[in-house]
Amino acid sequence: MEAYKKVQLARGKNRPTGRELIAALTQDFTELHGDRRFGDDPAIVGGIARLMDLPVTVIAHQKGRDTKEKVACNFWAAHPEGYRKALRLMKQAEKFHRPILCLVDTAGAYCGLGAEERGQGQAIAQNLMEMMSLQVPIRTILVGEGGSGGALALAVADEVWMLENSIYSVISPEGCASILWKDPSRVKEASEHLKLTPQDLLELHLIQRIVREPASGDFSRLYPSLQLKIHGMLSQYGKLPVAELCEKRYQRFRKMGIFAE
Amino acid sequence: MLKKIFFKNSPNQLEGLAQAAPQPHVPDEMCTRCPHCKTLLFSSELDENLGVCPKCGYHFKRNPRQRIHMIADPDSFVEWDRQVHSGDPLEFPGYRQKLQNARLQSGEEEAVVCGRCTLGGYPVALFVMDPYFMMGSMGSAVGEKITRLFERATAQGLPVIGYTLSGGARMQEGLLSLMQMAKTSGAVGRHSQAGLLYITVLTDPTTGGVTASFAMEGDIILAEPRALVGFAGPRGIEQTIRQKLPAGFQRAEFLQDKGFVDQVVPRGEQRDYLIRLLSLHLCKKEEG
Ligand SMILES: [Zn+2]
Repeated sequence: MEAYKKVQLARGKNRPTGRELIAALTQDFTELHGDRRFGDDPAIVGGIARLMDLPVTVIAHQKGRDTKEKVACNFWAAHPEGYRKALRLMKQAEKFHRPILCLVDTAGAYCGLGAEERGQGQAIAQNLMEMMSLQVPIRTILVGEGGSGGALALAVADEVWMLENSIYSVISPEGCASILWKDPSRVKEASEHLKLTPQDLLELHLIQRIVREPASGDFSRLYPSLQLKIHGMLSQYGKLPVAELCEKRYQRFRKMGIFAE
Repeated sequence: MLKKIFFKNSPNQLEGLAQAAPQPHVPDEMCTRCPHCKTLLFSSELDENLGVCPKCGYHFKRNPRQRIHMIADPDSFVEWDRQVHSGDPLEFPGYRQKLQNARLQSGEEEAVVCGRCTLGGYPVALFVMDPYFMMGSMGSAVGEKITRLFERATAQGLPVIGYTLSGGARMQEGLLSLMQMAKTSGAVGRHSQAGLLYITVLTDPTTGGVTASFAMEGDIILAEPRALVGFAGPRGIEQTIRQKLPAGFQRAEFLQDKGFVDQVVPRGEQRDYLIRLLSLHLCKKEEG
């Protein structure tokens, strides 16, 4: 399938939102708000839940369903508070030995006055550094759009999976086309070259697994098996000694990059 | 940048010519106009002043070799991993040509220069990013060089000083370039857990993926006066919010006000400032 088709599918209106996924995959979801510094960012939802028998900390980008909700969630672009809330919940998970599940769906971290003023770059940087050495298993699933640093800030994980019709990219194809070619209409070409589809990224060893979606588009048919797979992975990693867990995660990212010497 | 040829006695290169035609001649001192106060400055005058406008204090861009010369003890710099450079992993249209141009323009193999040197006798690992190599953008090679530098510094117990400058991730390497943010952050984290000091000096401009990774992970974060530092570029923000940005937004002084920079330090004071910080952290001087 051509890459731009994937881009459109990943942005599709009928894909489940973060909240819907949390509700479908876990029980007893107990939402926890705020970064304890500035505020609560509705573009990232987090809390504690039960995945089958396993208590987990779950963190998800939340895109809204209707316009009002979309505005409230800032069109799924998080402010620094969102990333700081995520980190707070991750550190809390570490304290209570809970594995972490992150669900990524964002066009990118918000770009605006307040976000810059309150250190968007610093917030993301902090997450990357801290997540690398968190002493509990972390698993990230890209469920829609994985946009740049705003996606990565929830994706320094032991394993990163992608739903079949999701994308993961360093820049939006529109942004790429307008910066490189001064021509936003060349978005199809940019999508192709950026190698942002799950298949491309699996081949580049940047993700571990592609989760097939039901051909009918009925996501409810996906959840039982996905639940099992996540549970299996988290409990398997949970058995690793902490030092080995962190070393594996470090080495996973350490190998990324293709260069000449 | 505006450059003009001005009168100057140039004894060396044109000696032969001068003998053949013994009139006063016209070459070859370059002039540069300060973009801030518009004063016309001789390049030699500017170089002697570390690339800072003597009239208004505007900080011109410097290449990594000039930076190293400014802060390292003379002849102490030993380069690491010069041979690590970008391939074209995704066969992105036009990337090879861009790399070739960047190599010609900068004289470097990649957008960061790494190595070991001493400052006031204190050994440190040092990296300096290059404004003349694709605007210091981070691809696989830059990420690998920075990561190796932190790993080596951790193994050798060295503090790290990093001069950051970047337009962001190198999009011609797709997601590989984004992953360098995680990779470098991991190496910074290990260096930090070993109890070692990391000082960043943010220079104009430091943006995108570099800001959102190792630039903002220093124990101490310094910045050059008026350096633009941010996650999103100012043009991107203006497009999003559809209004002009306030004056001074995302400048070094603004970041210090907002609590994200420890201290703005003019270029001429940086070497002494860094040496003082190394000494306050009880770093060890080189033996002999
Ligand atoms: Zn000036």
